[in-house]
Amino acid sequence: MSQARKERWTAFLILLPSIILLAIFVYGFIAWTARVSMSAWDGIVPDYTWVGFENYNRLFTKAGGVSAIRFRIDLWNTFFFTILFLLGCVVVGMFLAILLDQHVRGEGIFRTAYLFPMSLSFVVTGVVWQWIFAPGAPGRPRGINALLGTLGLEQLQWPWFISTESIGPFHLALIPLIIAAAWQMTGYTMAMYLAGLRGIPEELREAARVDGATEVHIYRSIIMPMLRPITLSALIVLGHISLKIFDLIYTMTGKGPGFVTDVPSIFMFETTFQGNHYAQGAAISIIMLFMVAFVVVPYLVTSLRGEVER
Amino acid sequence: MRNNRVWYLMFALALLSVLVLSACAAPAAAPVAPAEEEAAPAAPAEEEAAPAEGGGELEIFSWWTAGGEAEGLNAMYEVLSAQDPGLEIINATVAGGAGSNAKAVLATRMQSGDPPDSFQVHAGHELIDTWVVADAMESVTFIFEENGWMDAYPPGVIDIISSDGEIWSVPVNIHRSNVLWYNKGVFADNGLEPPVTFDDFFAAADVLQEAGIVPMAQGDDGVWAAVHLFEDVLLGVMGPELYSGLWTGETDWNGPEVTAALETYARMMDYVNEDHAAIDWTQAAQMVVDGDAATLIMGDWVAGYFTSLGLVPDEDYGYMPSPGTDGSFMMLSDSFGLPKGAPNRDNAIHWLTVAGSLEGQDAFNPLKGSIPARTDGDRSLYDTYLLSAMDDFASNEITASLAHGAAASEGWVTAFSDAMTLFVADLDVATAQANMAQACVDVGVCAE
Repeated sequence: MSQARKERWTAFLILLPSIILLAIFVYGFIAWTARVSMSAWDGIVPDYTWVGFENYNRLFTKAGGVSAIRFRIDLWNTFFFTILFLLGCVVVGMFLAILLDQHVRGEGIFRTAYLFPMSLSFVVTGVVWQWIFAPGAPGRPRGINALLGTLGLEQLQWPWFISTESIGPFHLALIPLIIAAAWQMTGYTMAMYLAGLRGIPEELREAARVDGATEVHIYRSIIMPMLRPITLSALIVLGHISLKIFDLIYTMTGKGPGFVTDVPSIFMFETTFQGNHYAQGAAISIIMLFMVAFVVVPYLVTSLRGEVER
Repeated sequence: MRNNRVWYLMFALALLSVLVLSACAAPAAAPVAPAEEEAAPAAPAEEEAAPAEGGGELEIFSWWTAGGEAEGLNAMYEVLSAQDPGLEIINATVAGGAGSNAKAVLATRMQSGDPPDSFQVHAGHELIDTWVVADAMESVTFIFEENGWMDAYPPGVIDIISSDGEIWSVPVNIHRSNVLWYNKGVFADNGLEPPVTFDDFFAAADVLQEAGIVPMAQGDDGVWAAVHLFEDVLLGVMGPELYSGLWTGETDWNGPEVTAALETYARMMDYVNEDHAAIDWTQAAQMVVDGDAATLIMGDWVAGYFTSLGLVPDEDYGYMPSPGTDGSFMMLSDSFGLPKGAPNRDNAIHWLTVAGSLEGQDAFNPLKGSIPARTDGDRSLYDTYLLSAMDDFASNEITASLAHGAAASEGWVTAFSDAMTLFVADLDVATAQANMAQACVDVGVCAE
């Protein structure tokens, strides 16, 4: 009895420092940011005058002028970026994993090659893909446009990330950013799926084959359903990266003409640290927190519930 | 078993104490140096005799880390060291274009009560609306008066660095932002004269476009160069007086002159390289060097870039005021201020005295590629372009640059940049004008 209690105390003492640090540096600062977002702090001097939801109001209604226009574009950009980025990572990642699962020769080399981009920082990726997608101008194309020119495919040249074309609220300039981001993170989904595929016992496939199922059938009816938890955790991990992405876009394009490649994190950075609008920056941060929480919390709740039941 | 638990406990406690110590140590570390420095000379009597030449430390904060600017800064340090050999200069620099990173570091230090002894800041509203209104700066009027500088600096400059009747920083250099750079060969080959007015500009642009040359190179990746070009167009369309009134609320943002400037800007966009939003000003300048483009409107750091390529002013390239701005000098300036609570105030004052002196400015500017903020610089030290800038600076109407922090607060520049970001994409004059007028109201300069 006393032994068990002692152990419990020890565990508590070991966890205590990180609990204290988390309480201060995560939850305390979230609360403080929320407070700042409802203040009139504009300029370098803190001003905690209560203004309620005024700063949020300025982001969503006409009262905010350009800020509101910019923020609406930002939210649409984040939405499309996230959907297409996740789709790309999952589809391409699973495809690569299935190919690698065929026990090709030199699998280790392929695995490393596909996983390698993940070891780079988004800043490096951003700079490199900025060179690749730099459009140049007619007569002196650069990057991919130059390549298309030498291949005789001039009609495919376009301005990439400075294009101001859009389909509804979807800016086509996001496409090069999505390609760069997916290039970096597809290795991660591939590794997850490969681990999942290797975790499926060979006997299961054997049994299905004995029953006369084709390989396509086996993948559709047995393997894909078994990979569902992996898809879910990949979506959670990539989803929150995508919702708060900053470094890749900041180094690759910035906000772009007409905010075609702007996202909330860039708006937050500029308004807070260049414009000294601290209250507005805090309001954007809180909205970003809610967006990420919207994705992560349901997952945490279900996985916690699963653990308790076990 | 029992032993194990004890070890865990000790490890946890050790971890906790390390974290607590490091949390305490971080803010404490910085003030330690000045505290020691103050404590040590307190005992001997020599300190009272000559505080300005008493050695000690001096921390100067800037974003000058590269090439000529870093050399120029060191040249000023040498002048200071010659006068006070015992002084230990701490050169606190933070790299990053136009100080964007340095400003964030500075804000953190200032807000946590750990100011450097002196820091670099763009002269004018960037300093005044950020730090002076925050009551973080000490006025430097007395330095100007003690050294008799009130006559050495032109009144336009004194205006820009003043507010409430006090002067707030010591400018060390002047850059001009309204310069049109052009490729002499391209103009000669096409039988054209460099354009003085906007009409000239558009006439020449049509000819150049016909000849397959980009009439004007522009590199507004990151939008500040678009703001830069637009301030030059504003000045060219409305003249210095109305232009200056825009920043004090005297000129109406909804007026016809602003409309005309926006329309002129939109028209110029027909003549720039299509990838302007993907390149920066160095790449745009390179287009002029290569003869792909004929002109570039940009500040006079372009001269430094051309010099680094081995080009000679007036021979390999030409320069003149941007269209419509003949007789006006749009200025921006780097300056140093005196923050309240500077740990080594006496040394900081000594530094500012050197930075504002003729000797200091003539040491700095030829290396940095800018002209002295004073009108009495030693002309033998400067190249052809800089001499022409010195002449214009002494005789022209001086106006303050928006894009480079002289004319308006950083908050206003940010709002203005957002309006320009939309404008460069859609070239919608009415919306842009409404957004710019609203930005003026939002910062409290214009009445609703």
